[in-house]
Amino acid sequence: MSDLKKLKDEFLTKLKERLNLSEINQIKSDLFGKNGLISTQFKKIGTLAENERKKFASDLNVVKDELQDLINLKINEVENAEINKKLDKEKIDITLPARSFVRGKIHPVSQTIDEISSIFSEIGFSVEEGPDVENEYNNFTALNTPDNHPARDMHDTFYLDEKKQKLLRTHTSPVQIRTMLKDKPPFKIIAPGRTYRSDSDQTHAPMFHQVEGLHIDKDINMGHLKGCLNYFVKQFFEVDKIKMRFRPSHFPFTEPSAEVDIGYEMKDGKIIVGEGNQWLEILGCGMVHPNVLKNVKVDPTKFQGYAFGIGIDRLAMLKYGINDLRAFFDCDYRWLNHFGFDPLDVPSNYRGLSR
Amino acid sequence: MKITFDWLKDHLKTNLKEKNLLEHLTNIGLEVESVENFSADTELFKIAKIIKTEKHPNADRLRVCDVNVGNEELKKVVCGAANAKEGLITVYAPPGAVIPKTKTKLEVAKIRGVTSYGMLCSEAELNLSDESDGITELSRKFEKDIGKNYFSKSKSNLIDLSITPNRPDCLGMRGIARDLSASGFGKLLDLKEKKINSKIKQNIKVKISKEKGQGCSVFGSCLITNVQNTESPKWLKDKLISVGQKPISAIVDITNYVMLDINRPLHAYDADKIEKGIIIRNSKSGEEFTALDNKKYKLEKGMCVISDNKGVLGLGGIIGGTRSGTEFDTKNILLESAYFDPGSIRNTAKKLNLDTDAKFRFERGIDPLSIEYGLNKAARLIKEICGGEISKIDVQKIETHKLKNITFKPDLFEKIAGFKISIKEMLKILEDLGFKYKKEKKTFRLTIPSWRPDILQEVDIVEELVRISGYNKIKIIDPIKERKKSTLNKSQRLFHFLQRSVASKGYLEVITWSFTDSNYNNHFKDAKKEIKIVNPISSDLSVLRNSIFSNLVIHMNKNLDRGFKDLSIFEIGPIFTGSNPGDQEIVVCGLSAGKKFRSSWIEKERNTDVFDVKRDVIQTLVEAGYNSDKFFIDNKTPSYYHPGKSGRLFLNKEKNQVAAYFGEIHPNILKKINIKTESLVGFEIFIDNLKLPKKTLNDQKSKFTFSDFQKSERDFAFIVNKDVNAQDLIDAISNVDHSLVSNIKVFDVYEGNNIPENQKSIAISVTIQSFEKTLNESDLDKITNLIIKSVETKTGAKIRS
Repeated sequence: MSDLKKLKDEFLTKLKERLNLSEINQIKSDLFGKNGLISTQFKKIGTLAENERKKFASDLNVVKDELQDLINLKINEVENAEINKKLDKEKIDITLPARSFVRGKIHPVSQTIDEISSIFSEIGFSVEEGPDVENEYNNFTALNTPDNHPARDMHDTFYLDEKKQKLLRTHTSPVQIRTMLKDKPPFKIIAPGRTYRSDSDQTHAPMFHQVEGLHIDKDINMGHLKGCLNYFVKQFFEVDKIKMRFRPSHFPFTEPSAEVDIGYEMKDGKIIVGEGNQWLEILGCGMVHPNVLKNVKVDPTKFQGYAFGIGIDRLAMLKYGINDLRAFFDCDYRWLNHFGFDPLDVPSNYRGLSR
Repeated sequence: MKITFDWLKDHLKTNLKEKNLLEHLTNIGLEVESVENFSADTELFKIAKIIKTEKHPNADRLRVCDVNVGNEELKKVVCGAANAKEGLITVYAPPGAVIPKTKTKLEVAKIRGVTSYGMLCSEAELNLSDESDGITELSRKFEKDIGKNYFSKSKSNLIDLSITPNRPDCLGMRGIARDLSASGFGKLLDLKEKKINSKIKQNIKVKISKEKGQGCSVFGSCLITNVQNTESPKWLKDKLISVGQKPISAIVDITNYVMLDINRPLHAYDADKIEKGIIIRNSKSGEEFTALDNKKYKLEKGMCVISDNKGVLGLGGIIGGTRSGTEFDTKNILLESAYFDPGSIRNTAKKLNLDTDAKFRFERGIDPLSIEYGLNKAARLIKEICGGEISKIDVQKIETHKLKNITFKPDLFEKIAGFKISIKEMLKILEDLGFKYKKEKKTFRLTIPSWRPDILQEVDIVEELVRISGYNKIKIIDPIKERKKSTLNKSQRLFHFLQRSVASKGYLEVITWSFTDSNYNNHFKDAKKEIKIVNPISSDLSVLRNSIFSNLVIHMNKNLDRGFKDLSIFEIGPIFTGSNPGDQEIVVCGLSAGKKFRSSWIEKERNTDVFDVKRDVIQTLVEAGYNSDKFFIDNKTPSYYHPGKSGRLFLNKEKNQVAAYFGEIHPNILKKINIKTESLVGFEIFIDNLKLPKKTLNDQKSKFTFSDFQKSERDFAFIVNKDVNAQDLIDAISNVDHSLVSNIKVFDVYEGNNIPENQKSIAISVTIQSFEKTLNESDLDKITNLIIKSVETKTGAKIRS
């Protein structure tokens, strides 16, 4: 008994000193090695008399546990200290720049097209496309704009042949014709795309973007037209209320025709859409002219509906405060970076247009 | 169309104010483009005379003029006009005046060292005409008015309306007044013009020749003899000036006035200059005449001309000629009021590239029944102002214009407009617009007014009714949120996916014109046909692009000039292969310049290279759902790529259609376009050539299988001839046993020391794993030997020992 206590006290004292890992391991083997001091004590158990044996074993186990725990603790301590010392040496300047990354951007016109598609998708429009090079018939004649019609003057047209039969489409409206010739009514489509007119100045570019809309069914009237555009404009500009004005106008392919203005005001040099006393024209629309329907073999006594054409670049300028149309096509790195959108910002119905 | 409220009041009785007028005009479709406070801006403009001119001491083209601006007060004005000569009477604008055209405010300014007090104005600057060559020249008659205001004071603002091409009637004050009155803005005044009651015969014979394509169907005329052409009276001059017209002489002013007032173009001939009567006929090829714009026109066959015995006098309904023009000493005039076919007018004007006020009106359609009314009105005014005797009116016609009728079902209104108005309201509107009606059972028989060539069918009547009732009455019907068809089809979805996929790899999306500079296009058109634009906006945008690279290279270069060195841009859009609709395909084209990791503290700097773009292409295609294990790549690329550092990618080994090209841009092109960058690499992905996935995303997920048996990695080093492709080795290995071999990776390529000339060493690691068991050493040896054997026999390689 006293032997055990002596042994314990001796080693407890030893272990309290500053020891390195090999010294601790030496102690460990002195105690628990094959012929270690504790190990030999355990061998002794069998030689003891029955009455002593139980108590001795129990005491021995207590001493063993105590010493063993202390040794493990010491080992841990020493190891930790060594790791910490090593890690401390590995310290770096964490304020150094990260590995570089490049960020691509989506052009504001592409983003706007996606926004527009997302909005019209919700109310059941699907997207159609048509070629950039059109024939004279689809671009004008089928749209009730025969040769010699003064309305053709409103379109400065790029031609690809001397006979003026092939041209760069001046609007997205020929997609109406292609769609209606291809399928049977009802039609409910939008058609975004490139359009071309041969004028160029601060506010006009020889190429720009339009989105065409067409909804033909049995009983679609001007109220539906107004409702659709009202919905679109509110969604697009992400406002609850918007001042909108429909005023009579003329397009050969719609009758009656309208132009739509939205209210705005200037605040600190930026356009605020939806309020104010100024009007800004954003689109043209109307009820599809019966002649157009006849041209695409749709019976105008059975089917009717509306069409509209919106300038996409103009919408993007208004929404994102871009002043200069020409900059859209200048490809200036700084501009693209500033007005471009992260590719992960995909406008959609469920997550909305904006972050 | 420029109008004033005052002039409208000649036709309209109203108590409403100008503010209401502007709103009303826009609401009925007569869009107000601008409103100018004419009087306040123009009070400062004086009639003045140049007394002396000297050459500017420091500028050859400038003169220093002493200008009498009234009461012999002289001002020094520097002027660049060639016609600024001593004695010229012109219009002077003092410092402080605002030039109507440019809206700039004049200040005392030093021009090349000489101080100029104000400015002498051209007609264009005063918004009087488009004449900008030289300063305004006023006649001698203005001598007595030197120092007086050039513009009369007008209370009315100048309102500029944008009249849509379907409304020729609104190119006259009366038509606008009629629309206004129908919409409740005042009452249209009934202006009866007294018929000319004359016994004198119109003795100049007029004949409309009956030939095919005759552009004139009615020609009315009357002769006014012994007139004294003079300056117009003040009221008339004021009227014309109030809408921005320049008074010329009474006869010209009167015809202009009638045209603006009731949209009835007239033409006055000096009757004494007409040789033996007038013939309206088709022109012969090569006929010439000098028009009132002092230009000589050579005519093609079949244009409608007014001619006499000597030849062409003028182009009917477009422009008169100098030979028969009226002047201040004209004694006898023949006044023409005719109807010309819009199509004929337009054809002629287009061919001759002529645009006149008369042409603008006739091509939109003039009221064919206004011929006599116009003659009466103008002749009476001429007699009043210039004296003389008026003859009877002579009307020659080869066609009688009858009023047209239309049957209108009132139900159609609500069907289209979506709201209701009463029959009574409908009839009131139509009557106010000049329609006559007869009630039939359930319909109306409407007689269309002769001044409305745009009304052709029932829907046009609906338009009139909605327009005048007000578009604000249209009720909003909210759209139903329901989708019966998917918004995008598969190829459209692929388009959007690729667009964002490429952008996510660090490329900035650009949008460039579909046309380009033919010089640049030539570098990139390869075997494609050049497609010219007949009327390009400028010579450097004269062809449709055969490749997007031309524009990307141009803009890359501009950005490099801006000082950006390392840049990736891309565009997704059409390229053109022919000039027919549909001869186009959609391409994603990317271009990268410069270096990767330029001046980085941590990464090794290197040029952007072909394997960067190869990765971008492959990653993009893989992200889009294509299996890269099936890709086939070779080095056959178009001429604009570096022949040794570019590749062609197919989605599968059948090599059906090229999915993409990638590589360095050919060094010769870099030299020619003078682009300064360390490296220029690009790619093209041809969307239309990509097979669209047949299955949905959900179907694409096959059964999930994997092996938990131990896998082994074995490395091989082969020595092969230099011209053997790494891909050949990979193919040879992958064909050994698909169930065991996977993840074949090239981890080293080496040429040089220890390797025979014209050979290279390729080191490949292969993962070997079974789905059925753990492979033992002998299994592994077996497969390893198979791999070596396969590679050696298929590629001529030797395993490195």
